[in-house]
Amino acid sequence: MMLSPAEIDALMLSLKIAAVAVTGALPLAIAAACLLTFGRFPGRFLIDAIVHLPLILPPVVMGYLLLISFGTRAPIGAWLLHNFDIRLVFSWTGAALAAGIVSFPFQVRAIRIALENIDPGLHQAAETLGAGPVDRFINLTLPLALPGIIAGAITAFSASLGEFGAIITFVSNIPGETRTLPLAIYTAIQTPGGELAAARLAALSIGLALCGLIISEMMMRGIRQKLMGLARP
Amino acid sequence: MTLQIDIRHKIGALHLDACFNVDRPGITALFGPSGSGKTTLINAIAGLIRPDHGTITLNDNAVFDRKNNIHLPPRKRRVGYVFQDARLFPHLSVRKNLYFAHRRSPSPLPDSEIDAIITMLGIGGLLSRRPAKLSGGEKQRISLGRALLGNPDILLLDEPLSALDQARKNEILPYLEALRDQRRLPILYVSHAIDEVARLADNMVVMENGQVRASGSVFDILARTDLTALTGQFDTGAVIPATVTGHNKQGGISYLGCAGHQLIVPLLPPSPLDRDAAPDMIANLPPRQTRLHIRARDVMIATTIPDAISANNILPTTIFALTPVTPDGIDVALRLGHNHSNTEKPLTSPVIHARITAWSAQRLDLQLGQQVYAIIKSVTVDGKMRETDA
Repeated sequence: MMLSPAEIDALMLSLKIAAVAVTGALPLAIAAACLLTFGRFPGRFLIDAIVHLPLILPPVVMGYLLLISFGTRAPIGAWLLHNFDIRLVFSWTGAALAAGIVSFPFQVRAIRIALENIDPGLHQAAETLGAGPVDRFINLTLPLALPGIIAGAITAFSASLGEFGAIITFVSNIPGETRTLPLAIYTAIQTPGGELAAARLAALSIGLALCGLIISEMMMRGIRQKLMGLARP
Repeated sequence: MTLQIDIRHKIGALHLDACFNVDRPGITALFGPSGSGKTTLINAIAGLIRPDHGTITLNDNAVFDRKNNIHLPPRKRRVGYVFQDARLFPHLSVRKNLYFAHRRSPSPLPDSEIDAIITMLGIGGLLSRRPAKLSGGEKQRISLGRALLGNPDILLLDEPLSALDQARKNEILPYLEALRDQRRLPILYVSHAIDEVARLADNMVVMENGQVRASGSVFDILARTDLTALTGQFDTGAVIPATVTGHNKQGGISYLGCAGHQLIVPLLPPSPLDRDAAPDMIANLPPRQTRLHIRARDVMIATTIPDAISANNILPTTIFALTPVTPDGIDVALRLGHNHSNTEKPLTSPVIHARITAWSAQRLDLQLGQQVYAIIKSVTVDGKMRETDA
């Protein structure tokens, strides 16, 4: 099946937005997961709630909230435009921001589970062996949480690829700029005689999802082997 | 090297109140039943917990001092800690686990020392493996090596054998003996297994309900009848130092030297650490230190030297205590050698014990200071019991 230029545009745009969303959110997700796992402070549950908000709010509401904060006349949006000449509305970077926020809880949850599963005894051992806090974080916590970090990133990447409501509300549906695969399918369905185009795009999405599944399974297997020395003769 | 401890700490129902010093190389056993505060105590020494009161001094440096608000983090205390469950880092190879502390040590060991430790522990062949692929005994040996490679001032071992089955324990014990004999390092060894303590320790601290009940040389403590309620699972008797002096392969016997006296036991196998020694080379192995456990019920008493008897080991001894231990049983403490005055200070010559009936004691008319012969039916060497009259 040969892809038309518009289809390639939508595919590449989707991949770009999802990649930027996941990579951009990753450090924050690790920080939030550490804070929620190891932090003992009043108001922790509030941070927990805020992190999980995108998961429970309708995506359209997320898009609306983004619009009223990052719109060119909204407080943060105006400040960004004035000082850094950054305009998020109607641009693919805005779509990446929306996708990053909506998929943020998936990353945090997966990393958090991985962190909670690290035996605290290993930290004690590392302490008696001379490792300070930063040393332990880099050489113990991060590598042991790596399977969770990758699992979270894969889930978040898929969620970003499929994000519709927040993106269309916040950055609209502009061909070549913000029209990702789901938005392109929606547009095709709305167009009279667009059934074939919609079917082709849907098939493309399914193929993409299958590829993603296979790649992620292979990655997880490789990492588990490398980390734990399991499943190797 | 000295370790001075004087701390009080409350954790749950346990009130820990411990005060003692460790000031020489060798193994000091921290012995007591579960829940007596042994692990809490070494966690405090390592800096993993912060006691409520008191001081801990390592090499004249206060690592903990409540009044002056000193609490050094574990990494600044120069302690090597071997945990019950090994705690190897699963994402690192054995080699990287071993070198973890070495890389971070302010005074790293020279390579020759590292090689010596790896050889001593017999782990050279495991270096490229992952921890998940190791047996429990191998894991514990690597954990021991990892702690040693950090060049610590003191080694803390928290029941390193308790998670292992008997075969694995027997695999590790010789390495611990080698560690004790080859490296001049004070070792604090937490254990609730008295046979391990008797085999390994030089000194012991007996703990009960968070309190130190007794401390001193392992030979003295194990000879004390007032502590049998605590050391009780052990077959009452004596643990005495000895030297394997030689072997007679034709006769199938080995000779042990003990305070100027000679004992004969069935031919001892080579120590597991003499792996390279061929079986017929045993006779040429150099003398080595060991310790004997002589159970009180394996010792008989004769007032004259018996001549026609199958027993090989008949030692001249002097009675220095007669203690009733059961309604019809008497524990006779016997100091090796004749001609001891009853006022002689303890510790000059090893003491063994005999458990006899009150009837026998009366029949033989045993008196303090009397010179008698101890007939030893069996002794335990290297953790294995040997019948000596067979």
